[in-house]
Amino acid sequence: MKAAAFEYAAPRSLSEAHALLREHGEDARLLAGGQSLMPVLALRLASPAILVDLNRVAGLDELRGTSAGDLLTGAMVRTRTLELSAEVARTQPLLHAAVPWIAHVQIRNRGTLGGSLSHADPAAELPAVAMASDATLIIAGARGTREQPAHAFFTGLFGTTLAPDEILTGVRWPAWPTGRRHGFVEVARRHGDYAIVGVALTVDLDPDRLVTGARVVVFGAADTAVRASAVEAALIGQPAGEPLAAAAAGHASDGLDARGDLQASAEYRRELAPVLVRRALLQAFGLSAPRAPR
Amino acid sequence: MSLPAARPIRLRVNGETVEGQVEPRLTLADFLREHLRLTGTHLGCEHGVCGACTVLVDGRSVRGCLMLALQADGAEVVTIEGIAARCPVRGEAVARGEATLSILQESFRDLHALQCGFCTPGMVATAHALLAENPAPSAEEVRLGISGNLCRCTGYVPIVEAILDAAQRLREGA
Repeated sequence: MKAAAFEYAAPRSLSEAHALLREHGEDARLLAGGQSLMPVLALRLASPAILVDLNRVAGLDELRGTSAGDLLTGAMVRTRTLELSAEVARTQPLLHAAVPWIAHVQIRNRGTLGGSLSHADPAAELPAVAMASDATLIIAGARGTREQPAHAFFTGLFGTTLAPDEILTGVRWPAWPTGRRHGFVEVARRHGDYAIVGVALTVDLDPDRLVTGARVVVFGAADTAVRASAVEAALIGQPAGEPLAAAAAGHASDGLDARGDLQASAEYRRELAPVLVRRALLQAFGLSAPRAPR
Repeated sequence: MSLPAARPIRLRVNGETVEGQVEPRLTLADFLREHLRLTGTHLGCEHGVCGACTVLVDGRSVRGCLMLALQADGAEVVTIEGIAARCPVRGEAVARGEATLSILQESFRDLHALQCGFCTPGMVATAHALLAENPAPSAEEVRLGISGNLCRCTGYVPIVEAILDAAQRLREGA
C-alpha cells in the first residue's frame, strides 16, 4: 500500500503548471485534493512519473458571486468550503443540498470541486450536480481558455474532454431564475459510499405550476452521469404534482445503458432509477421533504 | 532510474516546529510515524477508507494517508499526541503536567468507547474537530461526523455516547 516512486512539482502559477504538463506529457498527473488519486497511487493502479500539485497555484480557490447573480468557484475550492458557504446556500440550492452526501468530512476537507469533475467518476455527486445546474466549466490550455457546458464535458468512464495540457480552473454556476426547484436523492450501502444510483435535478415552474424546463440527471447507473431526456420531455408543459412525478419518472431508464458491478446488477440499477427520479421530483414539487444524509 | 531526491520540509507538529527530508511519495502519516516517531497516528488501510490515520491539518480533520508530507510544508499539524494540550478545559492543566488526557479522551475511557484501541486516535481527532465546530451536536450529527472512521470492536454506540458526554462536559466547563 505504498505508492511507487514519483517526482513532485508544486507550481505557483498556471503558466508554470502548463509548462510542466508540456514537458512531461502523459507521464504527469495533476494532483488536486488527492482523495481519489492518492488511493490510486497507493494501490499502484497508476504510477505517473511526476505529480504536478495544484495546491500552491495562486487564485484557484476563489468563491464569489457576480453582479449578475452567478456563482464563480475555483477548481481548488474544497468540498467542505462549498458545504459551509452561505453564498452557495443562498444562490445554488442543489449544490448546497448535495455536498453533504459526498464521502466523509475528512475527505470533504481535502477533496476539491475541480478534482472531482476532472476525475469524472460516474458515481460522484459533483458532475451530476454541475450538469443539473447548467454549470459552465472554465478550462485553461497553454494557448488560451475555453468554456464548456458541464453536460458536454464527460465523455465516458473517467473520461472528459480535457486535453493532456489542459487544466480545469473553475466553474460558473448560473443564477437561479424565479420558480426553479431542485431534488436530490441517492442510494448507497452506507453513508459516504459512492452512490449505487443517484438523481440530481432542477425543474422550472411557472406561476401556474406548469413545468417550463427540466434538467434530470441520473448518476452511478451508467459510465457517466446522464441526462434522462425522456423524463425531461415528459415533464415539459405539464402541471407539477404526484401524478406527473410518477408518470415522468417511469421513463428514467429509457435508453439507460446501466452497468452492473459488485454492488448492484444492471437490472437493479434500471429498477432503482425511476424510483429515485420520482422521489427527487416530489422534492422539487414541494410534495416531500428533502432527506439529509444519514 | 534513481529514486527522486528527498526534499526539505518545515512544519509545526503539536505546537513545535519540525524539519524533515522527505521523498515525494512519503505520506504525511508515514512522516509522522517513521520520521517523528509519533506512532499514535495509526495506519489501517492506507488508501483512505478506515480513518485510523486522521490528524488535524490547519484545524481540519484529514486522512494522513491521503496527503503527501511535502504538501504539509508550512502547515500546522496536530496528532493524538497533541490533542490533550488543545482541550479548551484541560489544556492548561496538561501544560502544567497536572493532567494527561483531554475531556474527550476521559469520556472515551470512562464510557468504554475503545477496546483494542486501533481506531481510537483517528476517532478522537475526528471528534475533537467535530466538537470545535459544533459544541452541541445531536447523536445523529455525531454518527455522521464519525462515519469516515471504522471501528471493529465497539459497534460505535459507546463511541457516540462518549462524544456526546464530552460535548456536555465541555459546555459545562468540567
